[in-house]
Amino acid sequence: MTEPPLLSVEDVEVRYRVTSGWFGGADVHAVNGVSFSVAEGETIGIVGESGCGKSTLGQAILGLTSVSAGSIKLRGTERDHSRRTHMQIIFQDPQSSLDPRLPVWRLITEPLHIRGGYARKELIDRATELAVSVGLRPEHVDRYPHEFSGGQRQRIAIARALAVEPALLVLDEPTSALDVSVQAQIVNLLLGLQAERKLSYVLISHDVSLVRHVADRVAVMYLGQIVEEGPALDVLDAPKHPYTRTLLDAVPSFERPLASIAARAGELPSNRTLPTGCFYRERCPWATTGCELPQLLVPADGLRAVRCHLVTGVNETAIPRLASPSASLLPNGAGT
Amino acid sequence: MTAADGDSLLEISDLSLEFRTYRGPIKALNGVSLNVRAGEIVGVVGESGCGKSVTMMAATRLLPEGSARITGGGIRLFGSDPMKLSERDLQHVRGRLVSTIFQEPMNALNPTRRIGEQVIEVIRRHQRLDKSAAAGKAASLLRDMLISEPERIMQSYPFELSGGMRQRVLIAMAFSCEPKLIIADEPTTALDVTVQALILSLIKQKARSTGTAVVFISHDMAVVSQLCDRLYVLYAGRVAEAGTTASVLAAPAHPYTRALIRCLPGLAPPKQLLEQIPGTLPDLLDPPAGCLFRARCREANERCVAVPPLAAIEPARRAACWRRIEETQAA
Amino acid sequence: MAVDGIAAPRRAAPRLGIGRLWYRVKGSPLTLIGAAIGLLVLIVIIAAPVLAPYPPDKISLSARLAAPSLQHFFGTDEVGRDLFSRVLFGARASCGIAFAIVIISTVIGSIVGCLSGVIGGVVDTAIMRLMDVFLALPALILAMALAAALGPSLFNAMLAVAVVRVPAYVRLARGQTLSLRNRTYVKASRSFGASPGYLLRWHILPNALSPIIVQATLDLGGTILTAAALSFIGLGAQPPTSEWGSMVSSGRNYFLDQWWYVTFPGLAILVSAMGFNLLGDGLRDMLDPRLGGR
Repeated sequence: MTEPPLLSVEDVEVRYRVTSGWFGGADVHAVNGVSFSVAEGETIGIVGESGCGKSTLGQAILGLTSVSAGSIKLRGTERDHSRRTHMQIIFQDPQSSLDPRLPVWRLITEPLHIRGGYARKELIDRATELAVSVGLRPEHVDRYPHEFSGGQRQRIAIARALAVEPALLVLDEPTSALDVSVQAQIVNLLLGLQAERKLSYVLISHDVSLVRHVADRVAVMYLGQIVEEGPALDVLDAPKHPYTRTLLDAVPSFERPLASIAARAGELPSNRTLPTGCFYRERCPWATTGCELPQLLVPADGLRAVRCHLVTGVNETAIPRLASPSASLLPNGAGT
Repeated sequence: MTAADGDSLLEISDLSLEFRTYRGPIKALNGVSLNVRAGEIVGVVGESGCGKSVTMMAATRLLPEGSARITGGGIRLFGSDPMKLSERDLQHVRGRLVSTIFQEPMNALNPTRRIGEQVIEVIRRHQRLDKSAAAGKAASLLRDMLISEPERIMQSYPFELSGGMRQRVLIAMAFSCEPKLIIADEPTTALDVTVQALILSLIKQKARSTGTAVVFISHDMAVVSQLCDRLYVLYAGRVAEAGTTASVLAAPAHPYTRALIRCLPGLAPPKQLLEQIPGTLPDLLDPPAGCLFRARCREANERCVAVPPLAAIEPARRAACWRRIEETQAA
Repeated sequence: MAVDGIAAPRRAAPRLGIGRLWYRVKGSPLTLIGAAIGLLVLIVIIAAPVLAPYPPDKISLSARLAAPSLQHFFGTDEVGRDLFSRVLFGARASCGIAFAIVIISTVIGSIVGCLSGVIGGVVDTAIMRLMDVFLALPALILAMALAAALGPSLFNAMLAVAVVRVPAYVRLARGQTLSLRNRTYVKASRSFGASPGYLLRWHILPNALSPIIVQATLDLGGTILTAAALSFIGLGAQPPTSEWGSMVSSGRNYFLDQWWYVTFPGLAILVSAMGFNLLGDGLRDMLDPRLGGR
């Protein structure tokens, strides 16, 4: 029997009802059957555009959003308590993730304060220790959040997440709200902490170059599904799924001229009513027969899995088989 | 009001500006010089608080006049000083000669009125057209933005459209009165990358086909490099470097520009520590003397206690750094 | 870990404290006037025995209904009591009661409102519908009915007005709670396993406080009026307690010949109510987050 992975997400679905209008609401299909696992010390990147369900997935992992189907296991168990002590989350906006009325020492030790049983002195000492470990100065712990810049606030949020010595951090767009020069400081801090503490990261981001830099493996999400998954450099340097290709083409770069994106590719479909067949069909420039069938995420080559029959030759009705020659159906010219 | 000297639409020279606050004046601009000629796309890049938006808002006199105060330098917009224009002339300039596209498209549209009415109103405010002619023009403008069913979009309310669609409507509105200059203030920051790529190419196409000049304000070097002919890099309310996009990216002259490009994760080997700019922005309530980047600069020396001028270092290339200036003199 | 990422922090900015508040107050003369009146009322409440030239209920039949003079600044009433002293002592009843009412209704309203917002579901619906019923009745009529049912006395009037004021605070506190509940720091705290009670105590109540304080200040003026009105119609303070509303009430019989009798207590009501309204308006403008860092 093998050791269960640190985190395993199995067929997770998140649906919730929004009450809009007077005549009932609509179901939002935020996450539609996502599976992946994270090993100790590993970083998995989750890439996608707004509305693809990546943030909802992150909150579901932490138990902040309830899961409609599937399971989330930490070292093989599903208990809430172990999730809380072994996983923490860093939010995008350090401005709003710190209570403006509490001093820094109190913010950093919030998880311990909630648990209770610590004296004020103990909390301050622990906060000072944590503050120093994220590159703040000891005297910073007596100040209030508004006295800090965005990057320093994100450091405070990271120190707070470390207070309970978690094994895994969910990083929800940890640098998106920061200036470019400060982003690098935070990325370096995260890389350093990982090396020091053998942390695992689930890095949720729309920033492809950040994910490429930090992640070991990457999952590309579209409309609540993973459309492509594999080693970060494989997927991001030579994408196979049509959506991954469009996404990477659109990423602004010094080396390429402005991409000409088809107008239909620039509009995300609604997650209120899911499309039939391949979710990406309506925006896909290579859509053809077979795309009206639901697509499966199956291995394409080596460690990579793709949800597109043009790449894998597998449709729901067909018998799964490994990598296929039909990948050459796709026109060339995508990728970096 | 015609474009005066040559074909310079906007000329800002050594502009200084401060905001009054209860802690004292914040010196938001400390000598910004910048010019825009007809038909070119100019990028203004910098981090938050570098004064990129403030500069352009000052140029169109959109800053709150009670708290913002110009303390030095001048602005010439289409040959006249916007601070001295009458309210009437100012409206003419803002409507017919310059239009602005903002970051958040939801705030720029009236939520209670249909898109069509709003576009038509903007067209008719500045052009003598009857309702149906204006509606036709509105539809064709929207079609230029690759909106496939302009009639349906014109019947919609703003909240029914996606962020990208709203921004396309606003770009159509900005181009509707055929301005000479469009100021785009981070128009794609709130949007996804695929939508961003679409909108950037739409702006570029439309500007080129109509000969409109664009000032594109952004924090994203890569975006600016794909879109702009020339760029200005701002730091702490001063121009650090200016030049053609290709030359600046090929060999950034100012240490700040170089650090800004190098700290992007895309250019470093995976998992390696990124080059970071130490420290934070200077306090603009009490900016230090001399070069404002000095405290964070690896190349700083004793010359940097004096403010470096924005000097020509190559043809069509300027930088405000003593080292570059010395090298140029030596050569 | 690299510490060089952190240079000296920006110059330590004061919290939203005295300095910033004073900067904004300076720019608003009406708020200053309001604050001055509020301060004056407080001083009078505390120091009435020192400031008043006569005891408030000292009868002097020889000086009945005397016009304002150097002996009696505001004149005297029908049994020769010094109106100036009575107006000063009246501040204790009228404004003191208003403070008590506002404090009672604020505390009850905030707690109920925050709980309602945090618990949600059926409890929330039940509480809010009950509050809707209260809000649907005209406040003064409801206060009169309650005061009449409990029997006319200052204490009962106070209780009645407090009950009437509660729903406004419940709604305000609940609205604050609902918006705060979605803040990222509350989410973060939940992810650490915080209970609803913990969230309420540490994150929601402290952050919901400033709009509630503004509302309370604005309400002081209205409450002074309501308390005076109850006393005027005889449901509040009973003679011989000096209270502005009941003074106006007994003085109205002499209005045509002895104008000072109603005028001075009336002015006291007007000025103090207006003062608290000005102060409340000013505070609201200053604490409004939309004004940002001006």
